[in-house]
Amino acid sequence: MATTASSTAGSHVAGSHHEAHHGGHDDHHHHELNFLQKWVFSTDHKVIGCQYAFCGLVFLFLGFLMMLVMRWQLANPGVPVPVVGNFLRGAFGPVVMTDAGALTASGYNVFGAMHGTIMVFFGIVPLAVAGFGNIVVPLQVGAPDMCYPKLNMASFWSFFTSGVLMLASFFVPGSAAKSGWTAYPPLAGIADLPADSSVWLNGQTVWLVAMVFNITGSLLGSINFISTIIQLRAPGLTWMRLPFFVWAQFVTAFLLVLAFPPLEAASFMQLTDRVFGTSFFMPTGLVVGQALGQTWSGGGSPILWQHLFWFLAHPEVYVLILPAIGIVAEVVANNTRKPLYGYKAMVYAIFLLGFLSFIVWAHHMYMTGMGAKVAAFFQITTIMISVPSVILLTALLLSLWGGSIRFNAPMLFATAFLPMFGIGGLTGIPLAFNAVDLFLHDTYYVIGHFHYVVAPGTIFGLFAGVYYWYPKITGRKLSEFLGRIHFWGSLITINGIFFPMFIQGMAGVHRRWYDGGVTYEQLAGPVLHWNKFMTVSAGLLALFQLPFIWNFFSSFWLGEKVGRNPWNATTVEWDTPTPPPHGNFDKPVEVYRGPYEYSVPGAPVDFIPQTQRP
Amino acid sequence: MFSRILKYLPFFSDAEVPYTVTARPDTGLYSAKLGIWLFLASEVMLFGGLFSAYIFLRIGAEPGYWPSGLLNVPVGTANTAVLIASSVTVVLAWAALKMRQLAKYKFYMAITILCGVLFLAVKLSYEWPAKFNHFGIFVRQSAASKYEEFLGNKHLSETGQAPRWEISGHLLDAPKGSPYAEQAHHNAEHFAHETHRHDAVTEADDDYVIQLDPVNADPDSKENDRPHFLPRPLSSKIAVIKAADVESASTFAPRHSTYFATYFLITGLHGLHVLGGVLVFLYLWLPIKGGTKLYQTNPEHLANRVEVAGLFWHFVDLVWIFVFPIFYLL
Repeated sequence: MATTASSTAGSHVAGSHHEAHHGGHDDHHHHELNFLQKWVFSTDHKVIGCQYAFCGLVFLFLGFLMMLVMRWQLANPGVPVPVVGNFLRGAFGPVVMTDAGALTASGYNVFGAMHGTIMVFFGIVPLAVAGFGNIVVPLQVGAPDMCYPKLNMASFWSFFTSGVLMLASFFVPGSAAKSGWTAYPPLAGIADLPADSSVWLNGQTVWLVAMVFNITGSLLGSINFISTIIQLRAPGLTWMRLPFFVWAQFVTAFLLVLAFPPLEAASFMQLTDRVFGTSFFMPTGLVVGQALGQTWSGGGSPILWQHLFWFLAHPEVYVLILPAIGIVAEVVANNTRKPLYGYKAMVYAIFLLGFLSFIVWAHHMYMTGMGAKVAAFFQITTIMISVPSVILLTALLLSLWGGSIRFNAPMLFATAFLPMFGIGGLTGIPLAFNAVDLFLHDTYYVIGHFHYVVAPGTIFGLFAGVYYWYPKITGRKLSEFLGRIHFWGSLITINGIFFPMFIQGMAGVHRRWYDGGVTYEQLAGPVLHWNKFMTVSAGLLALFQLPFIWNFFSSFWLGEKVGRNPWNATTVEWDTPTPPPHGNFDKPVEVYRGPYEYSVPGAPVDFIPQTQRP
Repeated sequence: MFSRILKYLPFFSDAEVPYTVTARPDTGLYSAKLGIWLFLASEVMLFGGLFSAYIFLRIGAEPGYWPSGLLNVPVGTANTAVLIASSVTVVLAWAALKMRQLAKYKFYMAITILCGVLFLAVKLSYEWPAKFNHFGIFVRQSAASKYEEFLGNKHLSETGQAPRWEISGHLLDAPKGSPYAEQAHHNAEHFAHETHRHDAVTEADDDYVIQLDPVNADPDSKENDRPHFLPRPLSSKIAVIKAADVESASTFAPRHSTYFATYFLITGLHGLHVLGGVLVFLYLWLPIKGGTKLYQTNPEHLANRVEVAGLFWHFVDLVWIFVFPIFYLL
């Protein structure tokens, strides 16, 4: 029988005989694994989750560094990047950096495209979906592992290959992709294709190949999540007893399974356009430079790419946000010591959200002149999707009501998520309307809108998750003090970056001006001073990540040791040994109650684990 | 040596996950079956994206730029029959396993594999290569009147049909510096006895010389309103086209037109799926650990594997059932 005080509530279920036998078997199993099997080519969902999460964090950091260089350029156009300018010149070559160490126009495009790609496909999705999903979902449903452990490993290595390719693309002739994370043709079809370079070895082509690997990994991973949730729920864990995080991952996985393949198809098409000279996205009569050495028959449609791309990329927005909402729901319920307000309404809302996210994609394409009727359809669906979003946010907000809230580090991030995601969501509503969007399209207003959703929104949710589940994975808590510095510093500075974007955007500042708008001073002059403010904020935001990075690594050794259930939580993942061994549970799991039985009237303690017999 | 390498691979470190062979009572599925259905859902979206592209591009194509009737319908029909037959035999193979008749299973599975191989062989040895032997030239619309005798647009407009801008056949000479010059030279030697035109390659430097398909040799004929020429021999007529009048020129390769681009991408991806299915069936048929050796220890597990692979195979068939009409018949 386990001895830590916090775990006794749920642990009397297991007979000690079985526990000893099972533990012994596991130990025996472990000794057969060598280092590579255990930590590199592992099929254990926790190790794979950590691999994903660590890669995701590294990619988030790289994407963040690119943003810093771009922000420097926007505030100080043409001025060499301080301290690292020479290093960047050496690393990225003359396409990206001038000899003096300033960012070139091409370089700005490279960093812009790669910042978007890396943040979305290599940072947040691997961390939020694959990382947290892999570590937490099997534990929360009481499973010994993911449904298909080998496939899980294959997914990770497919993702890892894509990451290596994407980073390697910086070093091919002409540097990495420059056509934005959206890779719109016909520009993306001809970019990086000078006559003297190979059709294979150039930025955009490598980008496409990397995306195919990335998508394949995501697809296989999502199938695994859905199967795990359907097939491996512990006895008694009925659908409406699932923690909300599992629901979020379930809907997210469906979005990935159904929305990613059309982009895979589109990537194949753009790849053949570039490599074999097909004209899927090349319109008739396209005239490009003489030096390209490449001709197209024409007859293709650039709009086709936009349809296929946004058919993925709008659901992708919900792929980015739903896991974070799931994490926030877990943290909020745990730290308000109350059940979630309207759990069932939230479940139905997230399904409605998932469904609607498939029929809103063309609101990214109002500028293509798609016709009033089509635009009206997508306007209506886009406004409709705000209903389930508001249900989710309101339910989380109302969950705070009347709780005796513990403001620890995860809860601080989860609480801040609510207004930040709120700002991101509400600023999206004007963009849903065709008439307003024609004015705001491609301005910094749009950048501000979606960054509020994914940066202080999703990433704060992910930070909440890191602080919340770190003890389960490592057996030690992150430092609360450093966590608070990290939180308050990040909250203030991140708003300093993104709020002025609304001001600039409404004044008409375009998102792709690589000099920050100096060329367009007549138009943008009154709001250009915000560039300096935002850049300083970005630099400070970087500084405030240092406590987190130190905290993350040093707490492996210095953090406060914890038992099974340091947060006095109810869900099943806290009913394993800490850290969970291979096979996860040291006793058979059976679930008897809903996910959030906090502060049940008449109960001796303020939480009743799901596995506790009634 | 081999076992030392294997030691570093993770094949034996999986945690024991339930429902790999037996069904979970409340879902009625063993896990692999659920997984393959989810995978097929994603495949539907993958091919759905490609078919949407086909529809989008075909609807958007200018009149006369979406060829039809170019493919060999009898061969395509035969290949369709081969695939459908293999779908039947794979079910028979699975049923044999369920009845624990290993010999019968091996027999039906062998037929399935052979059908898959035959389908691929027809694609690789005949259907795709036939395209690369053909050459098509879209002439500029402003210059089309010069080539009316090959295009027949007067006849087409009188009968209310879409115009024709392409002249196709075997390339006998290409302009100087063209990437097709070598192919043209090769063709000219090869087809000289048919054309009786040993002088074809001696034309000026900026000419394309084409030994015509029947459709361009006799464009006013009613039976050429739809091309249908791949099974029909070329005529011995020759067209000479000035490079300046050419809008685009290519073999019937993916770059020829959006039609051939979608044709090669969709049939190519479908062919890869057929290949994948054949390899999996081979794995399940050979006397190895994951194949028929598994029958000795856990025949139900092998039957499940065949069922899951069979579901995939049916899906691949189903894709072909869409591919065949949209490219061969419409």
